[in-house]
Amino acid sequence: MRIKAEDVEKLALMSRLELTEEEKAAYTESLNASLDYMHSLTKLVTDTVEPAVHVLPMVNVFREDRVEIGLDHKQALANAPEAEAGSFKVPRIV
Amino acid sequence: MSRYEAVIGLEVHVELKTATKLFCGCSTEFGKEPNTQVCPVCLGLPGSTGVLNKRAVELAVKAGLALNCEIGTHTWFDRKNYFYPDLPKGFQISQIFRPIAHNGYLDIEVNGQEKRIHITRAHIEEDPGKLIHTGESITTSFASYVDYNRSGIPLIEIVSEPEIRSGEEAKAYLEKLKSILEYTGVSDVKMEQGSLRCDANISVRPAGTTTFGTKTEIKNMNSFRAVQRAIEYEIDRQIELLEDGGTIIAETRGWDENKGITVSMRSKEDPDYRSFLEHEISDIKLTPEWIEEVRAALPELPDARKERLVKEHGLPAYDAGIITGSLALAEFFDAVYEKYPDAKTISNWIMGELLRLLNARNLELSQAKITPEGLAKLLELIKKGTISNKMGKEVFELMFEEGNDPEQIVKERGMVQISDEEQLAQILTEVIAQNPKSVADFQSGKKQAIGFLVGQVMKATKGQANPGVVNTMLRNMLAEK
Repeated sequence: MRIKAEDVEKLALMSRLELTEEEKAAYTESLNASLDYMHSLTKLVTDTVEPAVHVLPMVNVFREDRVEIGLDHKQALANAPEAEAGSFKVPRIV
Repeated sequence: MSRYEAVIGLEVHVELKTATKLFCGCSTEFGKEPNTQVCPVCLGLPGSTGVLNKRAVELAVKAGLALNCEIGTHTWFDRKNYFYPDLPKGFQISQIFRPIAHNGYLDIEVNGQEKRIHITRAHIEEDPGKLIHTGESITTSFASYVDYNRSGIPLIEIVSEPEIRSGEEAKAYLEKLKSILEYTGVSDVKMEQGSLRCDANISVRPAGTTTFGTKTEIKNMNSFRAVQRAIEYEIDRQIELLEDGGTIIAETRGWDENKGITVSMRSKEDPDYRSFLEHEISDIKLTPEWIEEVRAALPELPDARKERLVKEHGLPAYDAGIITGSLALAEFFDAVYEKYPDAKTISNWIMGELLRLLNARNLELSQAKITPEGLAKLLELIKKGTISNKMGKEVFELMFEEGNDPEQIVKERGMVQISDEEQLAQILTEVIAQNPKSVADFQSGKKQAIGFLVGQVMKATKGQANPGVVNTMLRNMLAEK
């Protein structure tokens, strides 16, 4: 599969990135190069191999269900571009 | 018979009853000031990494087993990517590829018909934050407030197969699901606090066909009753639209409780969530032995409890179904039975007075003041003949409202039933003397005339006479005449 300019546009939209025409062309090319390289993996037969969630064999890392103190209210809202009524305020959503 | 058949699948989100969130130690307590139970993990601040709450996994497995699901011995989390203000990381941690539980079922009963509804899957995921819109609705708001206290609370999403055919079946499914989750203690299942939320996928097709029609998704239903009404409305809307030659649009629609209609919210494009493995949370491996341990520790579930009430206590299936439909009610029944082992009488009082008052006052059992010990005492007073059944209902209502001891209420109000034959004999003699016509009627074979005479005695004693005793005495006295 080849990446086309409209694929890059869709990716940019979904990643909330604004790209210039030059950038779109450049990313189309570099993404295709990356995909070509990754494509070599398809030669391997993986039908019976479990997907690897982790590169390290890490399973069942749990914490106990005990309450820990988090951020205080002021700290929590410290990075909010806008705050009101004790909450993060966001512009109209839809 | 309708020419159309409805196809309904339900997605139910249930908050797990943990003290802390799924990936961080923030409290899950309901009703706190906005953004006071948050930390870098549930705010999605860069560089923060969560660690999985063990209790959430245990509760999810418990729920899965109670819903007759297979439990995955190797499962993990994935990222579902989308932008929305209630999701600070830009993705929701969920189980897309390997749900913790799958392939289960629960049985419902509608109009005396049993039906099995299969459960496709139940997976663990984190709750997003809560949005509060400044305007009346999301579309009329110039801004919205975000409260991340809810962000990261552990949920299980339970997805049914599209086997539900009516609003009534949907309601029965939800009621059964709720009671199973309540019995197993995995969730508070309080719809009004948002710990149980339901979306419905609905389509219609000509009866007898098997391909699916275009479906709509209905949101914003705040009660089981609302789910039923919304589904019934939506089925009618779709059928009418098709009958008029229109086509159904795949869209998300919101239920408007006041108007009793569903309203288009947004068209449903094929969302591209670009799901991939969540590599910062370890995967979960469960041994079959551990799963069996959890299964063995499951409490008695609603169906089994219902059967027990029918088999051991001889209750009608209908009564047993209602009583065991709520854990609180079932426990109340058992507690009364311990002190007053007459199942049918207890059931009558629960089905009659208790449920009548709870419904009339719109209360939960926990809010009523009456105790099982109190009811047992009351039933004892009625059995001994101290008070009549009718007086008992009055006393019951006072106990329900104020929680007083029935003996005390009876004493304070002078509600004593007269069963003493000597005391009654004089009143009966007077009533007989004053009503020669009824007496003659009775003696000439109109046996129902005795009802009038009993009524006169009750009137003369201000309702305090024991009607059973009066009846027997009257018959004896009239026979002698």
